[in-house]
Amino acid sequence: MSFIPGQPVTAVVQRIEICKLRQCDNLILGFSIGGGIDQDPGQNPFSEDKTDKGIYVTRVSKGGPAEAAGLMIGDKIMQVNGWDMTMVTHDQARKRLTKKNEDVVRLLVTRKSLEDAVRNAMV
Amino acid sequence: MWSVTSHLVYTFFTSHVPGAERSRHKSRSKDGSRSEKSVTINAPPAEPLLGDSSVRGEEVQDDNWGETTTAVTGTSEHSLSQDDIVRITKDMEDSVGLDCRRYAALTVSAVLGLLVLLTPIAFLVLPHVLWRPQDCDTACQGLLISLAFKLLILLLAVWALFLRPQRARLPRVFVFRALLMLLMLLVVVSYWLFYAVRIIQSQDKNYHGIVQYAVSLVDALLFIQYLAIVLLELRHLQATFSVRVTRSTDGETRHYSLGQLSIQRAALAVLENYYRDFAVHNPALLMAAKSRAAKHLAGLKVYNVDGPANNTTPSQSRAMIAAAARRRDTSHNELYYEEMDQERRVRKRKARLVVAVEEAFTHIKRMQEEEQKKTPGEVMDPREAAQAIFPSMARALQKYLRTTRQQHCHTMESIQQHLAFCITNNMTPKAFLESYLSPGPTLQYAREHWLARHWTLVSEDSVTSGLKDGSVFLLKCIDFSLVVTTRRISFIKLSEEFIDPKSHKFVLRLQSETSV
Repeated sequence: MSFIPGQPVTAVVQRIEICKLRQCDNLILGFSIGGGIDQDPGQNPFSEDKTDKGIYVTRVSKGGPAEAAGLMIGDKIMQVNGWDMTMVTHDQARKRLTKKNEDVVRLLVTRKSLEDAVRNAMV
Repeated sequence: MWSVTSHLVYTFFTSHVPGAERSRHKSRSKDGSRSEKSVTINAPPAEPLLGDSSVRGEEVQDDNWGETTTAVTGTSEHSLSQDDIVRITKDMEDSVGLDCRRYAALTVSAVLGLLVLLTPIAFLVLPHVLWRPQDCDTACQGLLISLAFKLLILLLAVWALFLRPQRARLPRVFVFRALLMLLMLLVVVSYWLFYAVRIIQSQDKNYHGIVQYAVSLVDALLFIQYLAIVLLELRHLQATFSVRVTRSTDGETRHYSLGQLSIQRAALAVLENYYRDFAVHNPALLMAAKSRAAKHLAGLKVYNVDGPANNTTPSQSRAMIAAAARRRDTSHNELYYEEMDQERRVRKRKARLVVAVEEAFTHIKRMQEEEQKKTPGEVMDPREAAQAIFPSMARALQKYLRTTRQQHCHTMESIQQHLAFCITNNMTPKAFLESYLSPGPTLQYAREHWLARHWTLVSEDSVTSGLKDGSVFLLKCIDFSLVVTTRRISFIKLSEEFIDPKSHKFVLRLQSETSV
């Protein structure tokens, strides 16, 4: 999942569709994100490559809509509703996920096990 | 000595008695234990400072001054052993040769100095004696004044550089000094030659020229003095070598920086630093290691089944070494526990000693001037005061010295002297104890301890050659030797880097987590 500047990033992704839950005037998704191009990538416990400044899922609350949709802790979010998440600041990522007029977010997430599964299937 | 011989006799007679083993063990343990009961046995004298204890000429040393000090007897505990006597006679023989050489060097320097002083004066006086030159005009008289002062400076320089009391005798001649004296002699002789040939023979009337000639001689000599200062005093000040000095008996190591010196002068510098820095050589501390080493190979004995005995072939000795290595040795265990015990014992004794000394010091109070006039009754001078408070701390001090095996370094007399000294100078008990708690440098102790003024320099290279990287030489004295290795201080490349003070900028390392 490391990127070479100038080359397109390729990854095996999983589509996850989360329906936002309405909870006293807030729409919540049920997970926490960390990372961003303005953050320190060295402290990210989930990334393989410590220079990766992407958005990672750091916590999934139990029984929330994210868990129900199959989001797992440590996933890297590549796209949210078509918007790229690999080169955004932390605040931009938060905004994209918490738009008030959207009820559903469609994420493209990647994780290591996906890569391994595809490789094993090809052998 | 009596106790040692009686001990030997006792074991001889009781070796056949079945209960002898136990009693022998008991007596040995009684001797060796630092028991809390009264120390009444005359402990076998510790190995004397120099040589082994073949006790042929040793007087009985009263080690129990800790219990018996109520009065000052004035006898000093000075014991001579056979080796001492041998060495003193050797010293006396050496000193005759030593003095000759020392005085020879001194006389040569004195003669040269005298020559240097008298030559310019002779140059000036001889024309007046032999023939009548012109009278001296103002410029000439000015030159005479300057000549006088320069001569005075030259004399002082010669006295300072060449007429110093020699502080050591080196094995070979000091090359630089000899060369410089030779140069001076050469200059003086050549000037005399020129003077004799050109001036006396031609009876030159120009006195101004003669005075100038004399002044030029003094100038030349002053420049030689300058060269002497640079070669003898300044050149070796810049540190070029780092030497590592190790004592062979206990491995104590120091490092020193030396300049470019010949090996003999470097040895001299090392010895001067040795007396100041190294703790005094205490052979009593080495006995434990020797006994351990003896025990290692003692248990093995090689029996030659086939051939006659007393034929230790190399294969046999190698077999012995291999067997000794393989044997399950628990001596490391003994060492560990013994060291722990010793440390605890020393600390206990030290605590008792500190308390005793502090208590003793409270008995003494310095009297003020006004009080002195009021109560002239029991006024004591420092020596009497020291003798008064000494008995209360003597026992604790002696026990401590015995435990740390320093008892032969300090005599009762020296301790009382030190105590009087501390009282006079208002020192605290801690300051008084400082010289007994840890072994100090050799300079601190009485003169017997540095009786080994005779050192032997052992070196592969010639001793007048300079120090080189990796040169090794040995300084042997009777009890131990100092191993000196040299390393050249490497060439240091220093470069400069400029950091703009405005370039010190910082950013925060963020790691935030937002829940969505």
